[in-house]
Amino acid sequence: MTIVFYLSAAVAVIATVLVITRLNAVHALLHLIVSLLAIAVIFFTLGAPFVAALEVIIYAGAIMVLFVFVIMMLNLGPHAAEAERRWLDPAIWVGPGILALILAGEVGYLILRGAAGTTGAAIVGPQTVGVSLFTTYMLGVELASLVLLAGLVGAYHLGRRRGAGEDGEGERTNG
Amino acid sequence: MAEVPIEHGLLLAAVLFLLGLIGVMVRRNIIFILLCLEIMLNAAGLAFIVAGSRWGQPDGQVMFLFILTVTAAEVSVGLALVLHLHHRFKTLDADAMSGMKG
Repeated sequence: MTIVFYLSAAVAVIATVLVITRLNAVHALLHLIVSLLAIAVIFFTLGAPFVAALEVIIYAGAIMVLFVFVIMMLNLGPHAAEAERRWLDPAIWVGPGILALILAGEVGYLILRGAAGTTGAAIVGPQTVGVSLFTTYMLGVELASLVLLAGLVGAYHLGRRRGAGEDGEGERTNG
Repeated sequence: MAEVPIEHGLLLAAVLFLLGLIGVMVRRNIIFILLCLEIMLNAAGLAFIVAGSRWGQPDGQVMFLFILTVTAAEVSVGLALVLHLHHRFKTLDADAMSGMKG
């Protein structure tokens, strides 16, 4: 499984370099998602399957979708359709596609081997993490909930429209 | 099966963190700055996971969960601020927002 670790590490670094060198935000997002998936594979090989799943679901899923929403909102306009057409150009998605294909190959390799999939490290499963989270780190969980509440209130306050607007969608047109 | 040395995992975390730092310093688009902050937070989480895996303890994963929480809160507020700034300045260039002479 060591080879899987190093291959994923290479994919993560390459994808991250591509993130900080892209000019278009959507292209950078595609590469960043691939980078996060590679890091999820690394977590899995390091014996942390629970966190690997969370990395895919929350990071690559929820947080990146938030970014996509905002970028799409800011891109509204007459040139949006033309930009959409340019993004469907194979030259755009073939890079992240190849990197993601490497990761998919690794996943298939891990499944076919049927082994635990770690690099020799002991697997620390969800149960152990959960017990530790809700006993030793109980105070941390409470503080995390406060942080999330503050984030919720802050985002609501900032996202609220000043003045008499009702809809949140067309705010760009008369801003 | 040979175990991956902890140095290699930490090295990977350091490289990713440096890439994020370079991105924050080089790019001037706020969206990209937020993305690079994500990269840096993720690299810090990777270091926690590597260390936790080295000792076989769940504490590293717990810390990663906390980092995940902080990231989610940071991104929601940060993106709301981006929308707000785009309203006001009609651009995403961080240099345009120089009201505080920073």
